[in-house]
Formats: sequence, structure tokens, C-alpha cells
Amino acid sequence: MNKNTTVQEIHTQEHEGSLIAYTIGFILSIGLTLIAYFIVVHHVLSGWGLLSVILELAVAQLIVQLVFFLHLGNRKSHWNIMAFVFMLIVLLIIVIGSIWIMKNLNYNMATPIQTDNAVQKGESAQPVL
Amino acid sequence: MSHTTIAELAHEHQVADDKTAFGFWVYLMTDCILFATLFATYAVLHNNTYGGPSSHDIFDMPFVLRETLVLLTSSFTCGLGMLALHRGNKTGLKVWFTITFLLGLTFLGMELNEFHHLATEGNSWRRSGFLSSYFTLVGTHGLHIATGLLWTIVLMIQVSRQGLTRGITRRLTLFSMFWHFLDIVWIFIFTIVYLMGVITI
Repeated sequence: MNKNTTVQEIHTQEHEGSLIAYTIGFILSIGLTLIAYFIVVHHVLSGWGLLSVILELAVAQLIVQLVFFLHLGNRKSHWNIMAFVFMLIVLLIIVIGSIWIMKNLNYNMATPIQTDNAVQKGESAQPVL
Repeated sequence: MSHTTIAELAHEHQVADDKTAFGFWVYLMTDCILFATLFATYAVLHNNTYGGPSSHDIFDMPFVLRETLVLLTSSFTCGLGMLALHRGNKTGLKVWFTITFLLGLTFLGMELNEFHHLATEGNSWRRSGFLSSYFTLVGTHGLHIATGLLWTIVLMIQVSRQGLTRGITRRLTLFSMFWHFLDIVWIFIFTIVYLMGVITI
């Protein structure tokens, strides 16, 4: 860092060209939101294709906002990215793990005959093979 | 430290403030985990309607889209406020943060209106597992927004009284991170709760 720079210059250096970045980020966010909305509301796609497209649009928007609004990816953000990736791993374990376990539980427990009565008597459901 | 120049001092401050910002970033990451547990709960419970309405029946999509656009815009105006701060433009900062505050307030008002609407129709959090998880997830986000609004008020009072000091700059930076983060969480609520709630597979 140049020793002759003033406080003000240091601050502006960090945020040079940010107006363009914020504007691009904003336009992309609005665009991605509207695209996702219209695909869903006007039934452009259906089924799993639709599901994966809107999830991809959400992830695209996540990346747009991280880069353009939270300035992730500039030279100082190495540790921020590390923390973010670690959080992402924990997040995926929690979310995918929960859904996986509960789906299995539902699959093994929820037979149509199974009632609250049976649960109270302590009868376990027959495991579905 | 006998030959400390203004640039060296500024650099030291910058390093200290970067550490604070990183600490706040770590907090935001833990907040993400909190939201992840609520999203997981929602994913598990969203079919447990207990004879009550499902997500197909209760969501007003044009309303939710307007809500989303309001929040996205507030994130943008918050960013413009930060740019004004870094140019040393106090008036610009206040104007943009006031707009951010009003947009945030509009968003919160819309959300509470939606909650009120659901509750008066008998679809409160007591109705079913689906609605419990829905209110918890969306309500927690709303609570964060309310905290952010309170934070904005405090910051604006501090800006008026103290001007654009180093402490204020640091706190405003943390606030902007918080606000952008809430925007990101909302994108996932919008996609997973609302958009995926109204599609059929």
C-alpha cells in the first residue's frame, strides 16, 4: 500500500467501480427473480425440469448477490470464502440429512392402517422391504 | 511508532475493521445454519397439512413477487447508501438509508399483512405442521428484518449526532452485510417456500 495515500483514498480504493457492480447485481437479481416467477406462474416447464430450473435460478441469484453486493471474490475475501464453504457443507448435511432421515422414517412408518391407536399400543410398523 | 504516517494509521484501522467485518461474516454464516435448520424443518413438514390447506391453496403469488421486488430494491438502495458513505456524502447516505428503511418497513408490513390474513382465515401456525414450519421460517426472517429496521434507526441517529466517523463507517458496513444477507435468505424462501409451494410434480 502506498504510504502517501490518505484515509479517504484508501476507502475509495476498496469500492472503486462499485456503482456499476451494484447496478449490474440489482438488474441481474430482478431479472432472475422475474424469470423464475414467470416460469412457475405461466407453466412454461413442468415436473422435475421446472424444479431444477428454479433451484438453479436461486443459486445463480445467490452467486450474483454474493459477488456484486457482498463483494465476495475480491482479493481480501479469502477467509470469508472459507467460512462460507464450511457453512455450506454444514448446511447441506443438515438439510439433505434431515430430508433423507425423515423420508426413510415416513416410508417405514406410514402404512395406511397405522393409526394413533397402534402407536399407543407400542406396535411398530412392519418394515417395508 | 514514531514515524507513523496517516496512511499507516489508516491501514492499521483498516486491518482492525476488516477483522470486525470478518467476525460479523462468521456470525452471518451461523445465522445461515439457523435458517438451514428451519428450511430443513419446512422441507420435512410441508406435506403435513392435517386436513388443512396446503401450500397450493394459501399463497398469493403476485403479492409475494411484489414483496420480493421491494426487498431486492431495498438491498440495492442500501448499497447506494454505502457508496455515498465512501464518498463522504452524508446527505446521500441519509437519503438512501431512509429509502432502504421505508422499503424494509413496506416489506415487513406486507409480510405481517399476509400473516394476519392467514390467521384470520383460521390458517394460523396452530392449524398444521406445514403452517407451523411456514410461520417459523418466514417469521424468523421477518424478525431479522425488524431487527435490521431498528438498527437502521439507531445508525441514522448516530450519523446525525456524530457524523461519518470511523466507528459509524464500520457499523454501517456491518449493517449493509446483514441487509444483503437477509435478501439472500429471502431469495431461498421465495424459491423453496413460495415458488416450489405452488408447483405440482
